[in-house]
Amino acid sequence: MSSVYDNYELVIGLEIHAQILTRTKAFSSDPAEYGALPNHNVSTISLGHPGTLPKHNEAAIAKAITLGLACHSEIRKENQYARKNYFYADLPKGYQITQDKTPICSGGYVRVKFIDESTKDIELTRIHMEEDSGKSIHDLDLHNSLIDYNRAGTPLVEIVTEPVIRSGEEAGLFVTEIRKLVRYLDICDGNMEEGSLRCDANISVRLKGATEFGTKVEVKNMNSISNVRKAIEFETTRQIDAIENGETIVQETRSYDALKGNTFSMRAKELVNDYRYFPEPDLPPLIVTEETIQQLKESMPKLPEELFENFRNEYGLNAYDAGVLTETKELADLYLGITEHTENYKAAANWVMGVIKAWLNKEALDVDDFHVPPSRIGALISLVDEGKVSNAIAEQRIFPALLDEPDKEPLQIAQELNVIQSSDESFLEELADEAIAAFPDKVEAYKNGKTGLLGLFMGELMKKSRGKADPKVASEILKRKLEG
Amino acid sequence: MKITDETVYELAHLARLQFEDEKKERIKADLERILEFCEQLNQVDTDGVDPLIYLSDRVNNLRPDDVRVDITQDEALKNAPDADSDYFRVPKVINK
Repeated sequence: MSSVYDNYELVIGLEIHAQILTRTKAFSSDPAEYGALPNHNVSTISLGHPGTLPKHNEAAIAKAITLGLACHSEIRKENQYARKNYFYADLPKGYQITQDKTPICSGGYVRVKFIDESTKDIELTRIHMEEDSGKSIHDLDLHNSLIDYNRAGTPLVEIVTEPVIRSGEEAGLFVTEIRKLVRYLDICDGNMEEGSLRCDANISVRLKGATEFGTKVEVKNMNSISNVRKAIEFETTRQIDAIENGETIVQETRSYDALKGNTFSMRAKELVNDYRYFPEPDLPPLIVTEETIQQLKESMPKLPEELFENFRNEYGLNAYDAGVLTETKELADLYLGITEHTENYKAAANWVMGVIKAWLNKEALDVDDFHVPPSRIGALISLVDEGKVSNAIAEQRIFPALLDEPDKEPLQIAQELNVIQSSDESFLEELADEAIAAFPDKVEAYKNGKTGLLGLFMGELMKKSRGKADPKVASEILKRKLEG
Repeated sequence: MKITDETVYELAHLARLQFEDEKKERIKADLERILEFCEQLNQVDTDGVDPLIYLSDRVNNLRPDDVRVDITQDEALKNAPDADSDYFRVPKVINK
């Protein structure tokens, strides 16, 4: 049975604001770091004092261009800045410096991947540079709002998509991909809870097959990827219900309430916002040369999508492993570091995703904090591959010792722990004889066809060898003796 | 150009200015005179002339990403119409 909701199509465009990781503000030299005491990271420029002149931070521009390159956008060579005028206490100048008609990046796309491995390219309208506002605090003082200008003037990029997103799931995947990208490129720390990455959604619905867009509603304050998904799902249902009840959708800004799981109207716009954009005469035009673009292109690290393909095709990993290892740049770098010391790429992947990640999780450490040099992990993998130690011994005995003494060679540790596997035949023959002698009655049963008993003899042999026997050679010797 | 009451109210709202209603007619007359004065510019043929935004030929004027702290919190708060020891204080901006 089809529901009324199936008659509608969802139309979503996202606007993502990302704080650019620079030491200083966009247009002034005061620090841009998060978490300072209130109104300490300020300057006469970020406070909007009369007579001050902005000067653009070249690092912020470089990062904005890099993001554009990663999104396959066209980079604009001649840029102007614009003033967006509005009054709000956290905007001391009365206008925000932004880019209006000449965004630094135009077009481009970001590829998202669905669970079934199908993909969709989400087209971008633009990426432009602007500055952040200060922060208003409404609940500290009963009668006043308090303003902290530490954030004022922090450089931002705003990424705007075309209205091509068709579900909450797609929107969530897009934000996930953008967050991965800005982290890989060291453009933004991607922290949605602290607000360094913020997502607003323009949402409308229309009957399937309709060519006109419905009235759009802007939803703000979704401070996690799952909230983006949930807010869109709620808002869709709300809009369809309203239309089905014969109501009209009002163009408005709504806020997402994560506790209630709903959206509520922030303000009825009695007057449509009139930002009176005009060119910012205090900043001369920004000219980007082809040379700059080429330099930035060359210094770009490999992108997650590229690494994913490499891991699949050149390293022979499956899609799941490649996906996990490219989740963060740190994890991918660790993996790549280890593969420089071993050609057993699958084993390297297992080590990173298994034992190493488990240990980091247990210790609540970041991948960056992993202190054992990749060459040691590579050497450990080789020990297993050469049959010198078993995988279990490597994971359970040598790895913990390596964590304590990361400067030691795994081979030395194995020797000190006395866990080197033996494939020495005379030693193993002796052990095999002892194992067989321990269960005389079972020998008869084996000879009568209960070959499953081999495991019993193997267990005994391994026990006597204290885990040092090479299981492959040992089992062959046992078989020969039992069957002979 | 004729200035209507709505235009005056809209401008006042955008500029966050208040005025007494009896001054409205005078404001309208003033605004009309200003616009009329500016309309003289329309007599000049500007076809094919780019708008002048910058008074110099200078481009870029960028700055390296180096931190410099010029003012303290105390100095920052000194000129504020109202402040406590940490924050700028403004009338409540939202009603909750």
